[in-house]
Amino acid sequence: MTRNVTNRVRVWLLAGLFVASVVLSGSFATTAQAQTKDPIKVGFSMALSGALAGGGQQSLVAIQLWAEDVNKKGGLLGRQVELVFYDDQTNPKNVPGIYSKLLDVDKVDLIVSGYGTNLIAPAMPIAINREMVFMGLFGMNANAKWEYENYFSILPAGPDPAVGFSEVWFKAVQEKFKPKTIAFIAADAEFAQNLKEGAVRNAKAMGMEIVYEQNYNPKTADFTPILRAANAKKPDAIYIASYPNGSAGLVRALAEVGTDAKAVGGGMVGLQFAGLMAGLGPMLNGIANYDFFVPEPTMNLYPGASDLIARYQAKVKAENLKVDELGYYLVPWAYANVDILGQAVQAVGSLDQEAIGKYIRDTEFTSVVGKIKFGKNGEWASPRTLVVQYQGITNNDLDQFAKAGTRKILLPADISTGDLQPFNALRK
Amino acid sequence: MKYTFEIICMLLIVGLFVLTQVIGNQFYFFIGFVILQYMVMATAWNILGGYGGYVNFGSAGFLATGAYTAVALINFLDVGLVEQMVAGGVIAGLLGLATGYLTLRLRGVYFAIATLALAIILETIVAHWDYVGGAAGTSILPKRKPELFGELIVDRKAGIFENYKEYLFFLMGTVAIISVWVARYIENSKLGRGLNAIKDSEEAAECMGVPTLRLKLIATTISGAMMGVAGAPLASYLTFIDPLSAFNLEYAINAIAMPMIGGTISWAGPVIGALLLGTAQQVSSLWIQSELNLLIVGVVLVVFVIIAPEGIIGWFRKSRQGSGR
Amino acid sequence: MAIFIDLLLNALVIGILLGGFYAALSIGLSITFGLLDVVNIAHPTMLVLGAFIAFLLNSTWGIDPILAGIISTPFFFILGWLIYQVYYNVFEKSGAESLRGLAFFFGLLFIIEVGLIIQFGVDHRLVEAPYIGESWNIVVGEEIDVAIPFRLLVAFVVAAIATLSIHFYLTKTFFGRAVRAVAQDMMALRLMGVDPIRVKRIAFALGVATAGIGGALMIIVLPIEPSVGRLYLGNVFAIVVLGGLGSMSGTLLAAVIIGIAESIVATFFGPSWAPAVSFGILLAVLAFRPEGLFGKTAGAH
Repeated sequence: MTRNVTNRVRVWLLAGLFVASVVLSGSFATTAQAQTKDPIKVGFSMALSGALAGGGQQSLVAIQLWAEDVNKKGGLLGRQVELVFYDDQTNPKNVPGIYSKLLDVDKVDLIVSGYGTNLIAPAMPIAINREMVFMGLFGMNANAKWEYENYFSILPAGPDPAVGFSEVWFKAVQEKFKPKTIAFIAADAEFAQNLKEGAVRNAKAMGMEIVYEQNYNPKTADFTPILRAANAKKPDAIYIASYPNGSAGLVRALAEVGTDAKAVGGGMVGLQFAGLMAGLGPMLNGIANYDFFVPEPTMNLYPGASDLIARYQAKVKAENLKVDELGYYLVPWAYANVDILGQAVQAVGSLDQEAIGKYIRDTEFTSVVGKIKFGKNGEWASPRTLVVQYQGITNNDLDQFAKAGTRKILLPADISTGDLQPFNALRK
Repeated sequence: MKYTFEIICMLLIVGLFVLTQVIGNQFYFFIGFVILQYMVMATAWNILGGYGGYVNFGSAGFLATGAYTAVALINFLDVGLVEQMVAGGVIAGLLGLATGYLTLRLRGVYFAIATLALAIILETIVAHWDYVGGAAGTSILPKRKPELFGELIVDRKAGIFENYKEYLFFLMGTVAIISVWVARYIENSKLGRGLNAIKDSEEAAECMGVPTLRLKLIATTISGAMMGVAGAPLASYLTFIDPLSAFNLEYAINAIAMPMIGGTISWAGPVIGALLLGTAQQVSSLWIQSELNLLIVGVVLVVFVIIAPEGIIGWFRKSRQGSGR
Repeated sequence: MAIFIDLLLNALVIGILLGGFYAALSIGLSITFGLLDVVNIAHPTMLVLGAFIAFLLNSTWGIDPILAGIISTPFFFILGWLIYQVYYNVFEKSGAESLRGLAFFFGLLFIIEVGLIIQFGVDHRLVEAPYIGESWNIVVGEEIDVAIPFRLLVAFVVAAIATLSIHFYLTKTFFGRAVRAVAQDMMALRLMGVDPIRVKRIAFALGVATAGIGGALMIIVLPIEPSVGRLYLGNVFAIVVLGGLGSMSGTLLAAVIIGIAESIVATFFGPSWAPAVSFGILLAVLAFRPEGLFGKTAGAH
């Protein structure tokens, strides 16, 4: 008898759970639809959990800031902007479903991409199939095979992104040290592999001899053996294309094992993030790495960027958001990603995707990341990566990275704030 | 009627086709594809894991084998989807057979860990195989006007399907139905009874004259082949594939968790599990605008196994027995 | 030649130290999974939880991460106690096979991960300690010197102490022997007047408790973010199985073997092959000794 009762309770519990989940999802759907009348919906997927969530969460706050700005000014085409987004969990498999939901169920008017190439690529066929203008955030050659005319990339790496990304680094190193030999260490994953490929081409073009070239697996826990093996070949420079965990591991290995190479760094993703910068502190000194935005006085060539970052930092602090405290790496770019689309919509005066696409192709935009002109495959007509060197870091205080001086700009020359110095000259 | 189940299967396949022609909203095909793919994976896993008690931790490896077979074929011969799936099934089936041979002496957790090791070794090899994109991955462009037996399949105007997602959905649905049929057939056949005997006690089964070795090899081959077929269309679905997405841990997790939730003793278990957990995952990730979607999935998993530790099927049987008393 | 010896020597030293670190990650699982047959796949995520607690204590009060790990250990003991309570009532009481617990622990894994995201965000985190980023250089010969990173040395020493004390606890004390007996013969324990469920509960809690100190070591060696546990899920299970289920010393040795294999491969053949080599070793060992290196029961488990 009691067994019967508990069983019945279980039936109801199970049924209740299922019904609740369906009802819950339904209510979410209706609240999403029943907002103020007729806003313009901008839809996207974003990595809010998983390996790329650090960049994704930061980008989301930036896009939300954009929506606030636009709505304060009266919206787009006189309509308020509403964001519709879902967590892709850094899993490409979720992306097609998300964009289909955005377009077919949520009926969004505009779409932009999530963060990173392998989360942009799965959305491409849908964008093409629906003839939607598609803005891509930090995608590397995402459109190379598709050649879709209404894809536009926000990655300041020029028409051939893989090469353009590391061009300045090689230029800076070549100018100063004229290295004869170079070692390559790269993560066994998509973005880092593309970076390395471009870097190898740059090195060959400058006549450097490649004495070491190895990839490491994302599971690698300790990097000292890799650095030692590279050191054994006595390279004049070491180019590293790594993801955050590898970047931190290699910086520590550099502190522990050391190197005689004069220039170290290049394509280390993650050293621009607040958490890693504060965590690594003085160990960063001497590393020359790519960057997009640093708080140096010459950086005001990007109108509004400093202001945007200040607002981002204030928002993060005020609302106690668990995201990157500084936001230099992605905030201006994620903002520009939506901002350019918004500018185009406003200029065209309608949501006609073909007209918006044509406008973006033909126009030089002014945005928080400066002037942008798109070229072939929606990549930038010319590269604008910075190469910076970490200098004079004395402790693990986060605030020092929000001020000028810790990351000197080496190139481009017109905004340069420092000289490239040998790696070991800046170590204690 | 003897063939009731077969007729239902046929009707379901026809039903799938009708759905692709009637439903205009593409969204259903997208989530349908994902859930059906999981259904195949769960069903395939259950043939070995549920009937035979051999837990495969490396399901993602078999799925990725199918996917990368497809990528290699696209690069090499530019063949269509159906051929990719057949080839993916064959290669992954062979891999299953090889796994069976390699792990003959291994039981229980040792077998599970060995399959995981195989998947990781495969992943490393694929990451070094530049022809299919290596660690950097590769973009796959679907064919413009695919044909099968002279028929134009996908075209906005003249094709059988208006677009690729409908085609992918229909293929995956058909595969799911066939796998379920195979699983049910095995369950009621000598093979299934033999596997069950192995699960209870391998020694006892051997003493009773069950050809344990042969049955295990057949099961690993069929299970592997099914996963390979399910994996082959992944490249066309994502249009970009790299080792991280093909060997994603999520496949291994779901292939185990879905039969566990549904119940491992019968073919219906994985089906119910895939429908429930797959839907819960899709609903939570597509309606909740934050990382909380993972939490829902976690809570659903924990709550379901606490309420029904033997799976929903097992629990239904038990409650029926309970009320009958 | 000198270069070769230099590299080899360093690879061996780093491998051994790395092995100690891997042992710290695996030892808890060696108890819960190896001895008690509970498939706790949430273990690596619990380690990440431990790592974040160490981060929290380190970044707010400047507490040394190792000390932080020791502080958080009782908390994990209680957590393990509670988890086993649920696990026992749902699965073991009704005699369900251990694999049933998989889905339960998968769910737990997701819940802990989301909890971490909500509480700490998704950014990579590191800790500060005087021994991080420093190393000890020993000159062995001409052009041959061995650099020992303190970060790994600390991890190795702490891991070795933890592993060995668990090993002696389980082999030399009455309770330890009861734990080992529980895995084999529950009836005998009952006859001796010991409650096997209580023994298992304490042992499981002990296994989970290692996530406190193990997590602290994790964040000393690596940068941490909420999903990093998934990366090492395969490794820790592989080490426990390779060492032989239920053998603590076997786990330590297997971890060292994997550590050496990885650092040798990384030094001489290319680091990207490291996982294939360590899992290849696992497969090869299983092919010849299906019960792992130091396992006692043959074949079936």
